Amino acid sequence: MTIQEAQNEIVEEFALFDEWMDKYEHIIEIGKDLPIITDQYKTEENLIKGCQSRVWLHAELKNNNIIFTADSDAIITKGIVGLVIRVFSNQTPLDIAQSELFFIDQIGLKEHLSPTRSNGLLAMVKQIKMYSIAFQAKA
Amino acid sequence: MIHSKTILDIKAIRSDFPILSREINGKPLVYLDNGASSQKPKQVLDTISRYYEYENSNIHRGIHTLSQEATNAYEESRKTVQTFINAKLDHEVIFTAGTTESINLVAASIGKKHLQKGDEIIISTMEHHSNIVPWQMICEEKGAILKVVPINEKGEFLMNEFEQLLSEKTKLVAVTHVSNTLGTINPVKEIIQKSHQKGALVLIDGAQAVPHTKVDVQDLDCDFYVFSGHKMFAPTGVGILYGKENILNDLPPYQGGGDMIKTVTFEKTTYNCLPHKMEAGTPNISGGIALASAIDYMNSIGIEKIEAYEHELLTYATAQIKQIEGVRIIGEANKKASVLSFLVEGTHPSDIGMIIDKLGIAIRTGHHCTEPLMNRFEIPGTARASFAFYNTFEEVDIFITALKRAIKMLL
Ligand SMILES: Cc1ncc(COP(=O)(O)O)c(C=O)c1O
Repeated sequence: MTIQEAQNEIVEEFALFDEWMDKYEHIIEIGKDLPIITDQYKTEENLIKGCQSRVWLHAELKNNNIIFTADSDAIITKGIVGLVIRVFSNQTPLDIAQSELFFIDQIGLKEHLSPTRSNGLLAMVKQIKMYSIAFQAKA
Repeated sequence: MIHSKTILDIKAIRSDFPILSREINGKPLVYLDNGASSQKPKQVLDTISRYYEYENSNIHRGIHTLSQEATNAYEESRKTVQTFINAKLDHEVIFTAGTTESINLVAASIGKKHLQKGDEIIISTMEHHSNIVPWQMICEEKGAILKVVPINEKGEFLMNEFEQLLSEKTKLVAVTHVSNTLGTINPVKEIIQKSHQKGALVLIDGAQAVPHTKVDVQDLDCDFYVFSGHKMFAPTGVGILYGKENILNDLPPYQGGGDMIKTVTFEKTTYNCLPHKMEAGTPNISGGIALASAIDYMNSIGIEKIEAYEHELLTYATAQIKQIEGVRIIGEANKKASVLSFLVEGTHPSDIGMIIDKLGIAIRTGHHCTEPLMNRFEIPGTARASFAFYNTFEEVDIFITALKRAIKMLL
């Protein structure tokens, strides 16, 4: 699946919900279901410190694709982190670097990417892009 | 609970605050973030627009009528603040940009004149960053030492430990009157007495006290008392430094500029008298005038009544929240004002804050600019509801219902 397709899939998935409640419940479920990082990678180095919540992001290169794993101490943030990982993980560095992140906006969660939220999400997305550029040299 | 609802005419009060009739995410706003900043009544808003529409000009330097009117209004405002905190003299009231600037002013001026290597400054564990960092900075510069009074599990200041830290080396003690994170009301009068016995000056951070309780600086006998306008129904960008006359006279000015001088030559400048010595440059004139209007507003309700009503409100909210399983209150001091900080087992404060925001309720989550205090409790932060006199018992109910709903979603 391409990054574009993965994002479209999420947008479709969320189109089922009219109510913010249902949307949040779905995100919380995603957050709960995902042990998305192994403890050995929950290090200070991989920590993105937001004022409100913390996000851990780990990246490694496998068969020329970047595998991202991540986690957060807040469940709503963790659910959104799970979605972001679903979109970007196991893609090539070049594809990630060239991609446009649109699904968060389209499913009505734009406010979570706002700098004032300070939940680590925005910084995480930037970090993903940084990794994609760094790994392009190695891939 | 019925009786407490009649202390104040809440309906009339609420109609004075235009923002309180807003809807947030399709729900009536329930504003429980007063500790961060309060809302403004239309009397204050009218004062600001009237000033700009009718009196606007620079103060203390004009021959013309407008300037004299603006100066009079500004200086009247100083007197209103003087009466509000019962300062002996009006020039003991210095206008600043807020609590933060007031503390930085004192730290810098004291540092310049009085601090030497090995001197000590004492603060408490529950201080806001703005009552920590300025002292750290000046201590570092002067080689002075910062000492910290511990608190107990309930969030109370430990007097015995404080006395042990106090010594002839102590130059200044800086303590908050009311904790913004815990709600603890500190025994500041006793702290001041004990400090004075050792010859130390005392600064009280009143940012969270003045909106909720009567403050009498002469009765307290503090050397400095500081607070912000925006937390007491006035605009942002204006605040107060109260200081005893002889102490302020003794301190060097904080900033140089217009208004604070007597004469200037390139060789030597002599400084103006108080309060102007500490007020360089054009101040926030409309803010200063509006602060007096906020005080008039509070007085029209009655500070004692505000205090009594808010006490009932906090007691009610505390009792309600305690009935929710898994809730842990952070800050259970015997004496508290208007702050309810809590955690819910198995949830993160920011998740709670986000969900109840969707239900129209504004609370704050995080460390509330008191990171060392969070470390003391070994928690990353709390969710905090903080009340003002315009909040109602019904709003507490709405908040509790929303909180239960959020917990159900999250667990
Ligand atoms: C206890 C306390 N001290 C100081 C401050 C700083 O006030 P300001 O940001 O208005 O200067 C605050 C405000 O958050 C506070 O609650």
